[in-house]
Amino acid sequence: MQHIVLDEAEVSFPSRSANEGFARAAAACFAARLDPTLEELADIRTAVSEAVTNAVVHAYPDKIGKITMRLRLLEDDVLEIVVRDQGVGIPDIKKAREPLFTTGNEERSGMGFTIMESFMDTLQVRSTVGRGTTVTMRRRLARRTSQ
Amino acid sequence: MSVTVTSRGSCLTAALSGDIDHHGARTMMRELEEIISEELPRRLELDLSDVSFMDSSGIALLLMARRQMEHAGGTLRAVHIPAQARRVLDAAGVGRLVPLE
Repeated sequence: MQHIVLDEAEVSFPSRSANEGFARAAAACFAARLDPTLEELADIRTAVSEAVTNAVVHAYPDKIGKITMRLRLLEDDVLEIVVRDQGVGIPDIKKAREPLFTTGNEERSGMGFTIMESFMDTLQVRSTVGRGTTVTMRRRLARRTSQ
Repeated sequence: MSVTVTSRGSCLTAALSGDIDHHGARTMMRELEEIISEELPRRLELDLSDVSFMDSSGIALLLMARRQMEHAGGTLRAVHIPAQARRVLDAAGVGRLVPLE
């Protein structure tokens, strides 16, 4: 479905875990123009954290690679977040999205995609083994009465 | 991000503070593991009041602590959970495994 893009921003950063906090802050900063509630902002930060952490942990297991996050403001107060990597890719997306499934160690809960699904309206995962993964999430923010 | 421990009888309270994300959770997990294996408390209470952010890395941390406490014959609960962290724990159904207060 085509959407009218009202504004957009893109940031790229190396897949270092310290950039997880940066990505959350950047997304929250971009979303602030929609005057989100604290809960909406918290949900956005959480979903971004999960998507970026997946790229940090799984996309580039043995090296530091590039992660790109594109933020777009679409019509009807819809925020779209696209997190893209050029890493190893996901062989079985259906399995990867199952709750508790993880190829990580015990530091990972396997709940990343479940959290993204619960906190965003839509979640799309596209991946090609050896080419990378693109996660697209959308969330419509409630229009505040003051607007 | 840090872990501060206070003990009252057989109950140990570990107050976690800062962001519990993948970046911060690793160190915190290691610290908690050490605390549990050294102190062997009967009851461990994780005080989350100063947690500024938590994602699914926090779920892994809680489940790790629960496993270790069960192994040592003790119990675990999480208290003073901020709203954002609560939403993450609820979405994952962690309350079925660890008492959340």
